[in-house]
Amino acid sequence: MNGLIVNNLTIDHGAIRAINNLSFIAPRGKLTAIIGSNGAGKTTLLRSLSGLKDVKNGSASWNGKSILNTRPENLARSGIMHVSDGKSVITELSVKDNLALAGLWRKDKKDVAAATVEVIELFPILGERIKQNAGSLSGGERQMLAIGRALIARPKLLLLDEPSLGLAPLVVEQIFQTIKSLTTKMDLTVVLVEQNAMGALKIADIGVVLNLGTVVAVDHAQTLLNDPAVRAAYLGI
Amino acid sequence: MTQFFTAVLTSLSSGAIYALMSIALVLVWRSTRVVNFAQAGQAVLTTYIGYEVIQRTGSYWIALVAAIIGGAIIGAFIDRFFMRPIFKRVTSGPIVLIAPVVATLGLLGIIEAVIGVVWGLNNQSIEPPVSNAGFNVNGTVIAFSLFNAFVLGTVAIAMILLTLLFQKTNIGLALRASAYSPEISKLSGIRVDAVRTLGWAISGAAGGLAGMLYVPSTYLFPNAMDVLLVFGFIAAVIGGLESMVGAVVGAMVLGCAINFVATYISTALVFPTAFVVLILVLLVRPSGLFAGKKGRSA
Amino acid sequence: MLKHSKSKHSKKIHSSIDSPRKRLFLFILGGWLLLILSNQVGEFSLYQGAFVATYAVGIASIILLTGYSGQLSLGHGALMAVGAYAGALTINSLQWHPVVALIMATLVAGLFGLLLGGAVARFSGPYLAGTTLALAIALPSLANQFPILGGEQGLAFDVGASPARFGDDFSPYKWFFWIATLAALIIIWFVANIAASRFGRTFRAMRDNPIAAQLCGVNVARQKVTAFAISSGVAGLSGGLLVMLITGVSPSVFPLSLSLLLLSGAVVTGLYNLKGVILGGLVLVAIPEIAESLVTRIGGSENVANSLPGFLVSALLILAVMFTPNGPEHIFKRKH
Repeated sequence: MNGLIVNNLTIDHGAIRAINNLSFIAPRGKLTAIIGSNGAGKTTLLRSLSGLKDVKNGSASWNGKSILNTRPENLARSGIMHVSDGKSVITELSVKDNLALAGLWRKDKKDVAAATVEVIELFPILGERIKQNAGSLSGGERQMLAIGRALIARPKLLLLDEPSLGLAPLVVEQIFQTIKSLTTKMDLTVVLVEQNAMGALKIADIGVVLNLGTVVAVDHAQTLLNDPAVRAAYLGI
Repeated sequence: MTQFFTAVLTSLSSGAIYALMSIALVLVWRSTRVVNFAQAGQAVLTTYIGYEVIQRTGSYWIALVAAIIGGAIIGAFIDRFFMRPIFKRVTSGPIVLIAPVVATLGLLGIIEAVIGVVWGLNNQSIEPPVSNAGFNVNGTVIAFSLFNAFVLGTVAIAMILLTLLFQKTNIGLALRASAYSPEISKLSGIRVDAVRTLGWAISGAAGGLAGMLYVPSTYLFPNAMDVLLVFGFIAAVIGGLESMVGAVVGAMVLGCAINFVATYISTALVFPTAFVVLILVLLVRPSGLFAGKKGRSA
Repeated sequence: MLKHSKSKHSKKIHSSIDSPRKRLFLFILGGWLLLILSNQVGEFSLYQGAFVATYAVGIASIILLTGYSGQLSLGHGALMAVGAYAGALTINSLQWHPVVALIMATLVAGLFGLLLGGAVARFSGPYLAGTTLALAIALPSLANQFPILGGEQGLAFDVGASPARFGDDFSPYKWFFWIATLAALIIIWFVANIAASRFGRTFRAMRDNPIAAQLCGVNVARQKVTAFAISSGVAGLSGGLLVMLITGVSPSVFPLSLSLLLLSGAVVTGLYNLKGVILGGLVLVAIPEIAESLVTRIGGSENVANSLPGFLVSALLILAVMFTPNGPEHIFKRKH
């Protein structure tokens, strides 16, 4: 089957069980939102999927190939890009250099250049700041840079960790719309991990609700948005 | 007046050698967070390689190239087959903080002991490729020679090449990115482990060059580079450990302080001077002159 | 993982130093055993035993600093030099009793450490390492500059004959042994007490998580200076003992390699394990002997003979880091 399949994943953080027997499917070409409160294990999940954390129990595959316990750089090269929490940019490097990182190892330099142009079309502000140090960017701009960098690698699966964290509502709206447009324009599968459940479910195709490291609900995002129990517990309505 | 200018020139030329050592330490510190004390052993080993090449070919120049290449290979080897297993093994407990440093100290001892077995403890010498006799200025012979000028020029060229490598090439970008944030680099698809090994290789090459420039003015013996290592480390700390510019500035500050004290006061005060300069800099800026945010927290 | 091993670790420290009364008992028992021992073994063994005790004190000073407060010093040889010169001056200029001289060595080095620590203890990891390294090469060479310190020749350090009441057959070596082992026992007892005290707990808290310690109201800066000062004092005592054994003090007694040798001893001991200091001292004394006997047995050249001790210490250091990073006693513990 195509897409990301996670099966019976269990991860311990020392004595604490961060992920408990977790299973879900993120179908290819769709935007899957994983929502849950702080400490639900969302970040741990993404770190294990991108190879940053070793996993002993459970399995995860992308288009039929197992991805657990693989080096993060190899996963990145095979098209799985993880934009880690907050503003994952290297503040000491310029915007241009930050973008270049994900293209350094690619053979097709023409396509890297094309991808860079596309990213700057997608986020024009990055073009304006191209020579500045990433440390001088605002939170929203950093998030755009981090996503933009991932796109330079022409990913097939994009893992986004809390892109809305610490951003102003208007900026969040803009970033979410861009993320949605990515799945429709390109052949891109997105797994979006969010505390901002409302915003994430609004743009997502599928919603997965996590609590204490395990899945408590899976459905079409629209259905979850209308589910009274989910609304009460996670949307604060 | 002549004495003053001589002191300036000799400061620059000895500062240049400290700078190489200091850069070698900074390169490793930035990528691995280890103060590589084995660098003194690596540098002296490559200088012995250079010495052997000179014995066989009679050419300083071939020896210089051999020492630089040898230094790179040894550096890469140490990272791949010594440091990496240690980082894998020692992952928990309070020892983590000092284990890598202690390991490099142990490695230093081993390298120097092996050198002692192979070449003995006696002083060997390497003839300078150009005259080491002081220039004659208006009838006075000063303490600055053609060889000192050669050292200064070579180090300047090495610095320019390193700067170009780091600032203008893709490899340089990978090196910088891996040093600043290994995690983001990995997630961007960069093979951080390989890049780090490359950093060790460059560092080893710089050490090899330092040895070949340093030894002709003195002698070659197993501990010949220990003092250079200490000065290089002090210079790196003055410069803030993170920045190559800082390493060079730190080395020049130290070179000036040492040579001026030696010229005007006493050569016996060289080491105390190094200590005093270090303390003064750190009292004003506890993380050195050019430390970034990371240097402060680490 | 990290948390787990740390908690196991502190448990170990507590179990080894249960109560003050038990500590005092062990201390007296140890002294008594050593007293008996000193009548059983030969002169040379006594002399070596005194070295073991001296190194044990030096290693204890490193453990106090690095193990209990997380600061890495590469310059304890310099602090030993301070103590050694202070002791020598006390004997030579003031003509005071050698035991007083050793106390002076401790106090003066401690005071020096207090002043130095006030300046440098706040430096973090590599900065402190760099400063202490610079100190290790700077201080002994400075001693040459002051005529009162005797220049290259240095000063004599003569503790004199043993008190007459011990009898005529009481040899100087036995006298050395008594002084050194008594000093070592007192220091081990003292450091164990510190480790068990509120002070020790704060040290460990500071080492494991300085920010959390600070938030809990620990004055991290002051604690670090205190640790540095106490460690310096202990190092000074070890310096005094060392020059007592070689009956003189000069700059060449304290090369950089001495500082590194002590650090090696501390790592081999297990940086956080006070009980091992005697073992560490034993290792440092035994290695040159082992090297020598190896060379005579296999008939190595002069080069091998000169380089083997350094090789063995370094190899042991690396093996210790790789296989018993938290002290030798973990090997035994794991088997149960």
